[in-house]
Amino acid sequence: MLIDWFTIGAQTLNFLILVWLMKHFLYKPILHAIDEREKRISAELADADAKKAEAQKERDTFQLKNEEFDKQRTALLRKATDEAQAERHRLLEEARKAADTLSSKRQETLRNEIQNLHQIVSRWTQQEVFAIARKALKELATTSLEERLGEVFTRRLREMDGRTKEDLAKAIKTTSEPALVRSAFDLPAEQRTLIKNALNETFSAEIHVQFETSPDLISGIELTTNGQKIAWSISDYLASLEKGVEELLKEKYQPDIKEH
Amino acid sequence: MRLSPDQIIFWQSGFFKLNATIVFTWGLMLVLALGAKLITRKLSTDLKRSRWQNLLEIVVTRILQQIEEVGLGDPRKYLGFLGTLFLFVSAASLCTVIPGYEPPTGSLSTTAALALCVFVAVPFFGIQEQGVSKYLKSYMEPTFIMLPFNIISEISRTLALAVRLFGNMMSGAMIIGILLTITPFIFPIIMTALGLLTGMVQAYIFSILASVYIAAATRIRKPKPETEANE
Repeated sequence: MLIDWFTIGAQTLNFLILVWLMKHFLYKPILHAIDEREKRISAELADADAKKAEAQKERDTFQLKNEEFDKQRTALLRKATDEAQAERHRLLEEARKAADTLSSKRQETLRNEIQNLHQIVSRWTQQEVFAIARKALKELATTSLEERLGEVFTRRLREMDGRTKEDLAKAIKTTSEPALVRSAFDLPAEQRTLIKNALNETFSAEIHVQFETSPDLISGIELTTNGQKIAWSISDYLASLEKGVEELLKEKYQPDIKEH
Repeated sequence: MRLSPDQIIFWQSGFFKLNATIVFTWGLMLVLALGAKLITRKLSTDLKRSRWQNLLEIVVTRILQQIEEVGLGDPRKYLGFLGTLFLFVSAASLCTVIPGYEPPTGSLSTTAALALCVFVAVPFFGIQEQGVSKYLKSYMEPTFIMLPFNIISEISRTLALAVRLFGNMMSGAMIIGILLTITPFIFPIIMTALGLLTGMVQAYIFSILASVYIAAATRIRKPKPETEANE
């Protein structure tokens, strides 16, 4: 008999026991170990993923920051460049202005100097001219010239216009002091008498006359009484000439100054 | 002529007896249990592990994979039964290299016991999965006329399981025995090697068939998740 029922039962039991043993000693621990390992690996992978994500995030943040920094740097650089440009312009402008001011000042100074020089030269020329004229006239002025002057003076007295005559007459009448006749040289008696007569005739009164010598006049005669004056002398001519020249100079330089 | 290790009886007391089949089965059980215990005593959950642990992990995961490939949804649930079937049968045949050893699977009693276990396990898992009525109803598919045929098929395949394994294992031992008397050198070694191969194939066939039967019992009228999704 190939089949033994007791053995079948025993083997069935044996097999069931073996199933339990295997389950208990083999499958459970092995599967547990596998599961644990898988869990661990997946955890590690998750961790790695998280770390990767974090790294990526950090990289992104860093990149963003970098870009921002670049932008800021560019902006700052541009700003600095603009400011430097502006400053440069300002400084250039300032320098130009300063240069302009300096140049205009210098020009003005130059002009002033020229003017001064002109004035000095003019004055000097004028003085020289008059000095020469005075000297020449002084040397020419002799008694005969004085005499001639006396004649001219008397003629002028007589030819005096109405208004001057009246003013002079009034002045002579109101004063008690003698009228003063000044001349560059001592007048001879004849001349004196002639002048006296002329005065008397002109003003139809006895006029006290006092004669005086004044070399300043260069050549000529002058009558002064109570603030009124009638004269004919070269000095007078020269004085009026001088005045005229000065006025001319003034007129010439005044507009020049105004122009600048 | 001795066809089965059942015939080697060490001790007998009435109905109870201690034959070579039972003794060698105990020996195998001891070796398997102790080996598993020793190896799994200090399992590492780290990436680094011992080569023995690696071997066991490979075996267990391969079994799981096979069960899944047959079509059982939750392979861990069936691992205890089907895995032990495979391990026991393969260990029984592998140990034939040991002189004096008689494979317990070479006894019809053992294979019948295993086939009986499968015979019981199929409805057990089937009912667990679908419920009693639904499972019993499956015998009357497509019509009630099929009921006897279904029952016959159930019994015959169990018988076939037992006889197939017994025949193969016994014949291996028989061939070696015969060859030893004819050509005592070399040929028995080759035949032993062939016997190892046959044993492994038989272990695979036995457990795969058991898986298929269980899968058939648990999967009747249970559409696949993919088809569900397609619907």
